[in-house]
Order: sequence, then structure tokens, then C-alpha cells
Amino acid sequence: MSAVKKADRQGLNNIVSGVVVRFAGDSGDGMQLTGNNFTEATAVYGNDLATFPDFPAEIRAPAGATFGVSAFQIYFGSEDVTTAGDDVDVLVAMNPAALITNLHGLVPGGLIIVDSDAFSEKNLARAGYKQNPLEDGSLDAYRLLSIGITKRVIETVKPFGLSHKFAARCKNMWTLGLTMWLFDRSRDTAIEGLKTKFANKPELADANIAAINAGHAYGETTELPTGIEVYKVPPASVKPGLYRNTTGTEALSFGIIAGGQLARLPIVFASYPITPASGLLHSLSGKKHFDVVTFQAEDEIAAVCAAIGASFAGSLGVTSSSGPGISLKAEAISLACATELPLLVVNTQRGGPSTGLPTKTEQSDLYQSVFGRHGDTSLPVIAAKDSVDCFDVAIEAIRIATKYRTPVILLSDGYIANASEPWHIPDMNTYEPFPVEFADDPEGFSPVNRNPESLARVWAKPGTPGLEHRIGGIEKDSVTGNISYDSDNHQKMTDIRKSKIDGIANDIPLQDAALGNERGDLAVVGWGSTYGAIHQSVKRCRQDGLDVSHIHIRHLWPMPSNLGTLLAGYQRVIVPEMNTGQLVKILRAEYLIEARSFTKISGHPFRIKEVESEIRAVLEGLK
Amino acid sequence: MNAPVKLNFKDYATDQEVRWCPGCGDYAILKTVQKLMPGLGTAKENTVFVSGIGCSSRFPYYMNTYGFHTIHGRAPAIATGVKLANPELDVWLITGDGDGLSIGGNHMLHVLRRNIDLNILLFNNEIYGLTKGQYSPTSKVGTRSPSTPDGSVDLPLNPCTFAIGAGAKFVARSIDTDMKHLTSVLTRAHQYSGASFVEIFQNCPVYNDEIFEDIKNKKTAPDARLELAHGLPMIFGKSRDKGIRLNTQALKLEIVTLGEDGVTEADVLVHDESNRVMAQMLVELKGPEYPVAVGIIYNAPTSAYISDVYSQRLTVRETSGPADLNTLLRSGHTWAVD
Repeated sequence: MSAVKKADRQGLNNIVSGVVVRFAGDSGDGMQLTGNNFTEATAVYGNDLATFPDFPAEIRAPAGATFGVSAFQIYFGSEDVTTAGDDVDVLVAMNPAALITNLHGLVPGGLIIVDSDAFSEKNLARAGYKQNPLEDGSLDAYRLLSIGITKRVIETVKPFGLSHKFAARCKNMWTLGLTMWLFDRSRDTAIEGLKTKFANKPELADANIAAINAGHAYGETTELPTGIEVYKVPPASVKPGLYRNTTGTEALSFGIIAGGQLARLPIVFASYPITPASGLLHSLSGKKHFDVVTFQAEDEIAAVCAAIGASFAGSLGVTSSSGPGISLKAEAISLACATELPLLVVNTQRGGPSTGLPTKTEQSDLYQSVFGRHGDTSLPVIAAKDSVDCFDVAIEAIRIATKYRTPVILLSDGYIANASEPWHIPDMNTYEPFPVEFADDPEGFSPVNRNPESLARVWAKPGTPGLEHRIGGIEKDSVTGNISYDSDNHQKMTDIRKSKIDGIANDIPLQDAALGNERGDLAVVGWGSTYGAIHQSVKRCRQDGLDVSHIHIRHLWPMPSNLGTLLAGYQRVIVPEMNTGQLVKILRAEYLIEARSFTKISGHPFRIKEVESEIRAVLEGLK
Repeated sequence: MNAPVKLNFKDYATDQEVRWCPGCGDYAILKTVQKLMPGLGTAKENTVFVSGIGCSSRFPYYMNTYGFHTIHGRAPAIATGVKLANPELDVWLITGDGDGLSIGGNHMLHVLRRNIDLNILLFNNEIYGLTKGQYSPTSKVGTRSPSTPDGSVDLPLNPCTFAIGAGAKFVARSIDTDMKHLTSVLTRAHQYSGASFVEIFQNCPVYNDEIFEDIKNKKTAPDARLELAHGLPMIFGKSRDKGIRLNTQALKLEIVTLGEDGVTEADVLVHDESNRVMAQMLVELKGPEYPVAVGIIYNAPTSAYISDVYSQRLTVRETSGPADLNTLLRSGHTWAVD
């Protein structure tokens, strides 16, 4: 996508339908903050948007190092936006390392804004440049705006008496100001944000605000090269109502609180720090006024165990981690399966195996979620498709966990967790509560009594007189709940546990097509955060008259009861995934269909055009 | 709630057949605990027994209270979750030397450090019983077992030393078959708000028989045991003529005989439960040279995690006003689209 360039060519008075901007700099340059500020201003402006924070695992890599480059990408437009964009129209590069590592994503003719003061010999060498790219003509295919930002910023903030270090740090706000000018955004929210952030250090607030204003003024007053002037990206036509931005992590934390309220249960959230899942622990720890107790456990195992203990005692236990941590929790999750206690396990997936790529995204824990336990244990798995969806998915996961007294694994990923998008704020009064009923009658009580329909085991919480009972990991007699090593009983209990989980398929929505017909030439089947890229690619192909549909599976286990029939209605099925082909094998195994795998496992989300060309190739083969 | 009915120990027994080996020390501990329960003043329905894996961890199945037989080593974490969900519950944690100090050592460390309000009963038989007799982290050097046919070579861990090192503020020791002693120790442990750690010497007649015989046998016990009582001098021995004195030069405890070399009762250390340094020295006393210290070794009440978590919550609620999710969702930066 090259909206900026297209606009120039067609002479549309610089009105463009969508733009991708990427801010890149040292991990200490404040690029995430810059991106978030720009996002807020863009949301207020009324564009639809999606963002992609792309940062390294190193907290503060040596200045100027390529591996320390932190980037924030935003795609905003006047039409529906579901990904952070394939190609970059405007690249803001705060140093040579940021330029060399991000230039490949820029469209020919795209705009580069650089801080020329950062292009010192030392920084150039550290980034691997033999010559200065600002001077050797290697950027001729692009439009270059080379500004001595650092020097200007230091001059601008001089009146506030900051040290050189703090003064130079204001350069991200200067750049933000310039970018705000370029796209006609209001500086108000950013300025208000700085006042709040530096409430105790007014001189820092003033300096940063001055830097924003100076960057903006530079755009307004300086004679810039031809073609670099204000672009208008008209507001998107979106549903009326009240909006906010949310990341997946935030939406998930709200969803967990909401789910607890709808189930009429207090939440005990127990977790252990791990990237990129820790945000959920941070978010919920700051919400003590709600019925949520958070617990930073000594390790992953303790976290899940504390959650299980809490569920035994009558709260809803929730634990959260990323792939490696979920592996550690596996034994305890099986205990929750065996004792049939509700439990929510959130997995914010990251690049693996092992430590892998902690800050990058991947969908490689589907097998672990569906199959990754000892014993014959089946449990529901549910995945969020984007940041906003995390809210509803959390509620749905809690509904299932509490109704069926089972652990549920909720899959998010590093992309969804960190990416923000506008959210039409829901009204909690419109959600149907699903209050949990605890047993309280000693008459005929057995800890393995079940709801005849859902097969859910009775939940009797300690503190209830007359219902004293013991549960545990040893197989239980299906009638009395006492320890039983009887072989027929084990068969029976295994069957019951399996039937209970299988039966959930009848209590979830039927699978529909997110886009396109419910039969036809081709279905593109996805799950999780590939939603945006699949959706846009299918949309584009359909605009060209191709018969292709998008099916996105939220309930990965058990799967919707009509999924097999639905998929059988297409001549071809392709399954794009950010792994080496996990869902595709589950679909083949469950429905004996010929599904084609299309995978990417680079730590980055799919680009729209990657999926699009796969669709076109498959449909070409059908002719 | 039911009207208070006077319960007896039978009310705390389940109808389940107890399946420990004949002669196992666990029987005696079970009996003592069942007898202790009615007098503790806690409603039966508010009592919860949580255990890990091992012989001792079958304990909850035999207690007619709420019970959770969990997984190996993780009982402290699960019990923490129970208390986080409902601080009113009276939670007893049953574990062993392998469960609590080997596979679950990390959780034991943190549950003690946080001072979670639990009554922790660690049955120490210095052996893995349920898996058929392998040596454990508390087995003495040279223990012959299926996995150490030529004798174990690694140094054992002292559970009470571990507990004090981890930050436990209530540390005690007792003996499986000494019902009177065990009852008094467990009663005190129950009174303590926080993590009360009780090591119980427990005989495994099948895999590690009679390792505590000196301490248990009525004939040898008076010389092999140092029974501690707060405020009383540390005197022991058949004739009550031996005492423990602090050698201030060597900074160690030594045995003295009253009446010899001018030693009087005034020279003997007086037990002070709140003295951590004294506790550290006492738990290290080992036979046959020294008597083994039993009783309440250390008791220094301090703030406990669960109550602090809840009081912090209360403070936040007092200042933040009522929690409303619709309000939360609409807080921060929002904008309206017409």
C-alpha cells in the first residue's frame, strides 16, 4: 500500500484513504510513547486504526545498535483497518540503525524523516553503513526529510534548564509534533498526557510540550521539499458511540473483571512475570477496588496452583503466562481437569521454542493448548482474534470454565497483547449474567454429583456446613467420589470427562463465515491474530470477483458442531497460521478434509499481500 | 449455620479405610489431629486439609473436613490460593520430607517467607515411602536405599534450619507417637497467625525403621531430647541434671552438668521463643552428642501476607469509591463518534 504516493500521483489534494507510519529509534528513544501519542491523536481525529509495537527483548541495548531498535507502526485510514499495514508510507528513523533495519518495509517513493544529528560516524559504523546514506544517493528512490532534530530540540528546550541528556530526550516529542503536522492531528491529547505524566516535574512537561510545538511549527513554517505537505486522511465512517483505545492486554483485564461479575464470582489472579504476558498482571494489580485479588507467585507452577486452590475455595482462579510458562503449568492443569474445578489459563503466545523470541509474535502453542497434558485430558481452548475481541473472549472463557467446571485455555499473542485499536465501549448492562450456583444442601450430596445436562461436577465450597468432602488427583468413584482404582470406573470417569468437554460444542455459536459465502471455491480458515490480514486479503480478492470466504475459528476446542459440514462446502480450504501448520492438522484429523497449509513463522504478523497472493495462487490452480 | 454441637474426634474421621502400612507413625499423628480438632474452636466446615503427594499426603482423605489431595510438592501454593480466596478458612497443610523439601522446596520457602496463615505439618521420616524406599533430602549420609545401594553421599537438609532460613516465624518440632507433646505443639501452631511450621519425627517401619528410636524410647528419650518451654531453663536428662549453656567464646551451645565445676541452673540458657539466633543454634543440635530440641523452638509473630493483602485492598476501596465496570471502561481517554 502506497497511499501517500498514490495521492500525489492522482492529484487528490493530498487526501488519502489510508497511511502507514512507522516510528523507529533506539529502545531508549521513546518510540513506543511517540507511537501511542500519535495513536491517541489519530483516534480522536476519527480514523480507524491498528498498531503494531515492535520492540526488542533488550531493555536498553547499547545506543545506536541495530538489535536495540524499537519501532511502532500505525495504519490509519478512512476505511476499516484491521492490520497495522503491509508497507510503510512514512518512516521516522531516529538514527542510522533505525534506518537500516526498517528501510526494507518502506514503499518506493515513501517519505523518510531522519534526525541527521544522529548520523555521526560512530553511529553509521555501528549500524553497518560504510557511507552516510543521507549523502550517497542510496535513498534516491524515496523522499528524504533530513533535519538536525537533536540540535533544534536542545535549542528549543534551553529555557527550561535541563541537562543535555534530558534535553536531547525531548527529540521524540519534536518528531511527534512534526508528524502531527504532517497528518493534521491535534496536539491537545499529547500535551494533556505530558502534563499528567510529568505532574511532579513541571520543567520536563514544559520542555516536552515546547518540543512538540516546535516540531509542529517547523512543519508549518519551513519550506519543505516539494510534495511534503499536510495530508488529509478523512475520518472513517464508524458506528456512533463512545470510543477508547485498547490493547489486547487491557481488554483482557477488563474482560476478566467482567466475566467474574457476570459469574458473580470473585477473581483470584495468580501469575509469574513473563514477556509478553506480564501486562495482564500489572493491569489487574491496579484494580483492587474490583473483586480481584492478584498474586505474584514464586514461579509458574505456584501461580497455577494458587489459582486452582482459589477455585476450590469458591473464587474463580485465573493464571496467565506465555508458552514456556504454560509448559510448567501443565501438570497442575491436569489436576484441575481431574478435580473438575473451573480455571482460566491465559497464554499470550510468543516466538518459541524455549526462550525463543520473547517480544515477537507467534501462534505456535495451539498443539500445547489442545493436546499438551499428560493423561487423557481434554479441555476447551478459545482464541481472541484482535485486541478488542479479548474482552468478549475472556467473558466467554469464564462462562465455559464456570458452567462446565473445567480449565479453559485462552490464547492471545504478543501482537494482540500490545497492539491497540479503537474500541466501541460496551455497556455491561447488555451482557447476560451467568451466575454460578454453589451446592448448599447436604441431602444426597456427593462431590461427584453432576448437572445431568452439562455434566458439570457440583461445586461445594469450603465453609458450607454439611458438605465437607475431599477431592484430589487420584481417580474417584463415579458415585461416591471416594478413591477408586476400579478399571470399569476409570473407563466411566474418563468417558464422562470427555463427554462433558465434547458437549460444549453444542453450547457455543455455530461457525459462520466472517466474510463471503458459506460455500464456494475457497475458504481461508484462520484463528487468533491473523484475523486482520486474512480479512483484508479476502476482502480485496472478493472485490476482484473471486469466490473466497473467510472463516475465523474462535472456539478451537471443542470446535463448533457445524464446522466440518461448513468446510466441506468449499472446493479448497487454506489455513494460514503463524506456526508450521497446527490448526491445519487438527482440521484434517477431525474432518478428514484436504486442507492446505500456509505458514509464516518469522516473529511478525502476516502481511495482507502475502495471504492475498496465496489465495490467488490457489484459485488459479482451480481453473 | 448449624447450632454449635459438641463434636468429638469421631466426627472428624471419614468412613474411608486408612491405608498406611501397619505400624506407620502416620496413624498416631492422624489420631492426635482428629482428637485435637473438636477443641480448637473452629467450625468443622471451615477447616481445610491440603496435601501434596506421598504417604503423609493421603491424610486429607481420612479427615472429615474439606480436603484437597493435590500434586507433588505444590500443596503450599494451592493452600495459598485457598487462603487468598477465603482468609476465614482454617487451612492445614500436610506434607513430607520429599514433598515439602525436595520437589516442593521452592513453594515451602515462599509460603514461609510470606507468612501465609497455614498450619504446616511436615512428616519427616527421612525416606521416600510411597515410591518404595528411596533416600530423601533429609536422609542421613550413608542411607542405603534402592537408589543408593552403596549408601547416600549427599548431605541432608535440616527442615527447621531451612524453615528459619526461609523466614518462618513459627518453628516447632514434635514426635508422631507422643500424643501429649504433639497436641500441645499443634495447639500452639494453630494459635499462631501466619505460617506455623511443625516438623514431626515420623517413623517409617518399612523403609527406615527406628531412626528416631533414641528420641522416642521412654528409656533413652530423657537424655536424647531437649524439651523446650518458653522462659524455662534448658535442662534435660534422666536425673534432670544436664543443661545447655552458651559458650560465648566459641559461640556454640554446650552441655553442662549441674553441680559439676560449680555449674548451677543460673548458668543454663533460658529458652526464649522470640530469639532467632537461639532458635538457629537449637535446631542444629544433633544426637548422639547432643539432645535433639523439640517443642516450640521459635515464635516471633509478624505481619502475615493474606491479612496485609486484604487490608491493602480495603485501603484502596476506601479511597477509590465504588467499583463500577462501566465507569472503568469509560475512564481515561475516550471520544464520541456521532
